[in-house]
Amino acid sequence: MTDYVTYTTGEPVADTKAPEGPIHERWDKRRFEAKLVNPANRRKHTVIVVGTGLAGGSAGATLAEQGYKVIQFCYQDSPRRAHSIAAQGGINAAKNYRNDGDSVHRLFYDTVKGGDFRARESNVHRLAQISVEIIDQCVAQGVPFAREYGGLLDTRSFGGVQVSRTFYARGQTGQQLLLGAYQALSRQIAAGNVELHPRTEMLDLIVIDGRARGIVARDLVTGKIDTYVADAVVLASGGYGNVFYLSTNAMNSNATAIWRAHRRGAYFANPCFTQIHPTCIPRTGDHQSKLTLMSESLRNDGRIWVPKAKGDTRPPNEIPEDERDYYLERIYPSFGNLVPRDIASRAAKNVCDEGRGVGPGGQGVYLDFADAIKRMGRKAVEAKYGNLFDMYQRITDEDPYQVPMRIYPAVHYTMGGLWVDYDLQTTVPGLFAIGEANFSDHGANRLGASALMQGLADGYFVLPATINDYLARHPHRDEITDDHPEVQEVLAETEDRLNLLLSVDGDRTPDSFHRELGELMWEFCGMARTDAGLRKALERIPQIREEFWRRIKVPGTGEEFNQSLEKANRIVDYLELAELMCLDALHRTESCGGHFREESQTPDGEAARKDDAFAYAAAWEFTGTGAPPVLHKEDLVFEYVHPTQRSYA
Amino acid sequence: MARTVWDSTVGKKAVMAVSGVIMLLYLVAHVIGNLKIFFGAGEFNHYGHWLRTVGEPFMHYEWTLWLIRVVLVVAVVAHAVSAYQLSRRDIKARPSKYVHRKPRASYATRTMRWGGIILGLFIVWHVLDLTTGTVHSGGFQEGHPYQNVVDTFSTWYGNVIYIVAMLALGLHIRHGFWSAAQTLGVGSRARDRALKTVANVLALLLTAGFVAVPVGVMTGVVS
Amino acid sequence: MKLTLRVWRQKNADADGAMSTYEVDGISPDMSFLEMLDVLNEQLILAGEDPVAFDHDCREGICGACSLVINGDAHGPERTTTCQLHMRSFRDGDTIDIEPWRASAFPVIKDLVVDRSAFDRIIQAGGYITAPTGSAPEAHATPVPKPDADYAFEHAECIGCGACVAACPNGAAMLFTSAKVNHLGVLPQGAPERETRVLDMVARMDEEGFGGCTLTGECATACPKGIPLTSITHMNREWLRATRKAAKR
Repeated sequence: MTDYVTYTTGEPVADTKAPEGPIHERWDKRRFEAKLVNPANRRKHTVIVVGTGLAGGSAGATLAEQGYKVIQFCYQDSPRRAHSIAAQGGINAAKNYRNDGDSVHRLFYDTVKGGDFRARESNVHRLAQISVEIIDQCVAQGVPFAREYGGLLDTRSFGGVQVSRTFYARGQTGQQLLLGAYQALSRQIAAGNVELHPRTEMLDLIVIDGRARGIVARDLVTGKIDTYVADAVVLASGGYGNVFYLSTNAMNSNATAIWRAHRRGAYFANPCFTQIHPTCIPRTGDHQSKLTLMSESLRNDGRIWVPKAKGDTRPPNEIPEDERDYYLERIYPSFGNLVPRDIASRAAKNVCDEGRGVGPGGQGVYLDFADAIKRMGRKAVEAKYGNLFDMYQRITDEDPYQVPMRIYPAVHYTMGGLWVDYDLQTTVPGLFAIGEANFSDHGANRLGASALMQGLADGYFVLPATINDYLARHPHRDEITDDHPEVQEVLAETEDRLNLLLSVDGDRTPDSFHRELGELMWEFCGMARTDAGLRKALERIPQIREEFWRRIKVPGTGEEFNQSLEKANRIVDYLELAELMCLDALHRTESCGGHFREESQTPDGEAARKDDAFAYAAAWEFTGTGAPPVLHKEDLVFEYVHPTQRSYA
Repeated sequence: MARTVWDSTVGKKAVMAVSGVIMLLYLVAHVIGNLKIFFGAGEFNHYGHWLRTVGEPFMHYEWTLWLIRVVLVVAVVAHAVSAYQLSRRDIKARPSKYVHRKPRASYATRTMRWGGIILGLFIVWHVLDLTTGTVHSGGFQEGHPYQNVVDTFSTWYGNVIYIVAMLALGLHIRHGFWSAAQTLGVGSRARDRALKTVANVLALLLTAGFVAVPVGVMTGVVS
Repeated sequence: MKLTLRVWRQKNADADGAMSTYEVDGISPDMSFLEMLDVLNEQLILAGEDPVAFDHDCREGICGACSLVINGDAHGPERTTTCQLHMRSFRDGDTIDIEPWRASAFPVIKDLVVDRSAFDRIIQAGGYITAPTGSAPEAHATPVPKPDADYAFEHAECIGCGACVAACPNGAAMLFTSAKVNHLGVLPQGAPERETRVLDMVARMDEEGFGGCTLTGECATACPKGIPLTSITHMNREWLRATRKAAKR
């Protein structure tokens, strides 16, 4: 019943903004070439920022500091609650404080390699360059990073690298960085430079004469749907991991802002690149509403193992050393437990598929701290990981100081997102995407502690520099007001959509659809994907969508605080986005990073890339719900890091 | 600065703390003086007279005493007014109660508020009884405090009022002393035990010292 | 597990509220408290009733959105956030009372959802270090003694959930305010604004209609992040110091 397995290929898309020349000079060159807006004129420009996480919060604060008028939105009751707050482990920066051989170039190299050669070199190099400034900025804001006794900053190691470049604040680095950005934003709100709309959710994008000119948003308290116009729109609304229902994302994190922008013309790149994080607490039953991450930093000292024998049900402490398989250390001796996330996740899946998984349903592996406790003492382990151990114990009722933790992979991050050029501008002029909402820097797999780095690089340093160029070139002397016919049209469409949801009055709850879609996606578009499975998913999704519009039940009205309506409306978008994810996964018949096609693997079961056919970013253009989209390829050119089979052995 | 202090909840608490400490210092002197009653009428009455001549010849007769009285009145008024205003504010800040009540939640606050009211009423009675003699039970004799005290504690209600008030005083000091330290910012994790111990010891000694007098009268040790 | 829930229901800010009683069955001890409420809401939707509104987001104890008073305790019987409270803390057949945060500075929006924007305004009044993007010196230019960094972190852990206000018999926001004052005040980077910060934040706190502190310690007992009561003591000291300094100028 669907043609969605077919698609057409359109003109290639190319980044026209990154300058030519040596890679380490490009960012300077771009900043110099970009036009500027006279400081006196900045007050006349309004910029909408959607989201207040690391990217949105830092962008809103910085744009306001520069003198722009910022209108900012978050669905939470306070900007401080954006989901960046949950990032635990740390933030990478090429400071080389350890003198362990780190450099901007090494961070650049590690990131391109870690992303399995599917990221744009210019962007990644800029990210590595900016990383050092981020640490300076955050320290100046009062972010309480961990310090050594001498008063200098401490660092630790993360997966996929052999240097110690991750700065951290115990297991709450994201929280501390976000509060830094939130406080900077608060200062601008108090100064009247940022107009903040909390508990307000973006529902659509307003495009006039081919340019992004505003958004439609709903006040979640009163239910009132309003339009907001501006000279540019910045989406910092995060990733779309919640398509899977169960993920480490916050319950209300959603894809509506980016999906609606996609429907209005912004290309969506690499939607199938999702990151499955290897160390999450396994699910306990059908009631599960979300999964909880255990920081990757635990792999610094914890050792991952399963019993050598299948179906070994002895308690872990009774399994003797020689009957344990420390499989990561065995297969990847030089990186050991610190291999990149995609590799660790897949290895866990493999041992569980072999029947050697532990815990209920055999869906888990051990992360064991017995050796670390013996080596460093319980006190030192407590100081480093105390809050994570407490959290684990609270959720599982097991004491990780006594018995090894049980962990299993879970959906965590989405590398895909809106396609952007070097300026972080989407294919809709005036529409920018930053942070996890864009696709740019992590390729097919993100390294640990790089999300915080990218979010803050985009928000504090990249966007505020590049958006000048757009605003200077498009002064928008033509004032658009809320009663402009095209503004009113988008408003009416949004209202119709919500009214339709409320009018179905069927017999299934929003969550029941979300759960069904999530299970389907996890099975067929999760850790391992096959042609047959993806085709099956592509057949099922339109059926679920059809059933959704027939049987959804949303109680209450649109003119009130209505959490069911919020949920249902987000699911509408998941039901379309899921289809594009599966199609993207189906069309990319290679394996790379987090995208593992069973048909494309090396004899040892590692991801086998096909650089001849797939060294491109797939940017999809929307043509209608359920209609075949158009694929635009951006060829990836590797001048500095030459693609090789990734080796962590 | 005075404006800032008085307008702020933190500042008003500091006013309470400082006035509380002043009253506490006074009470320490007061209880030491009271205990002289156990050494006979001569010594006690002499002490009463000395209170009026302290500071002579620099101060005139009773000047020092009046100075102390003025300071005390200011302290009591400042303490009571700030307590009243803060309590009003606190009740307004939390107008509706939880359906599921937890009595312990407001134990200390309630003891302080009710204890404070009891102490306020007591002070009025105490002054009218033993300073002015207005409501004194026997014939009040100016300059004969020993006899006056014995008269007061020869009535059952005199004893009840006094002992109840002194118990309230103990509880009030117990939380109040520690609380004042926190309000004035001198508390710390390291000092917390010490502060709580001092508060308990002060509360106990003052209560015991004051209650000793009526007990002495009742048991006939003082007569 | 089978449970009886008595839940505060209030249609909107202006409506009167009351407790309503519901039964839920088939609750697993491994469920989180909010997952138990999810079960209730699924039941209510299918029965054509309005589901119970409550704030929640990360469900891992860090965003600070969840905010329920359970059997009279902010965040329930364990020292954690509501989302990290599990049903194993309750027994089969229990009756559980669920209410919103109560404080006049936190008006109810609907059912168990309250408006905590007063906290944001306290931060806006001075809970930051002025460091515009791009102006930062090299991070290692100013070493911070480890004890100071640890002290700052301990106070920076506050998640702004408001349990301190909910637990306080006076509806005071002293613990929240002091946590930020102490976090920023102890760091060398925060020193230039040390006085104005504490004065402005306390003034804002008062303007928002929070109560005063009577040092009952309920806030620190309820705090899921373990912000200590001494935090308030230290803020008092900071405030008095700042007031003296301001008077001298």
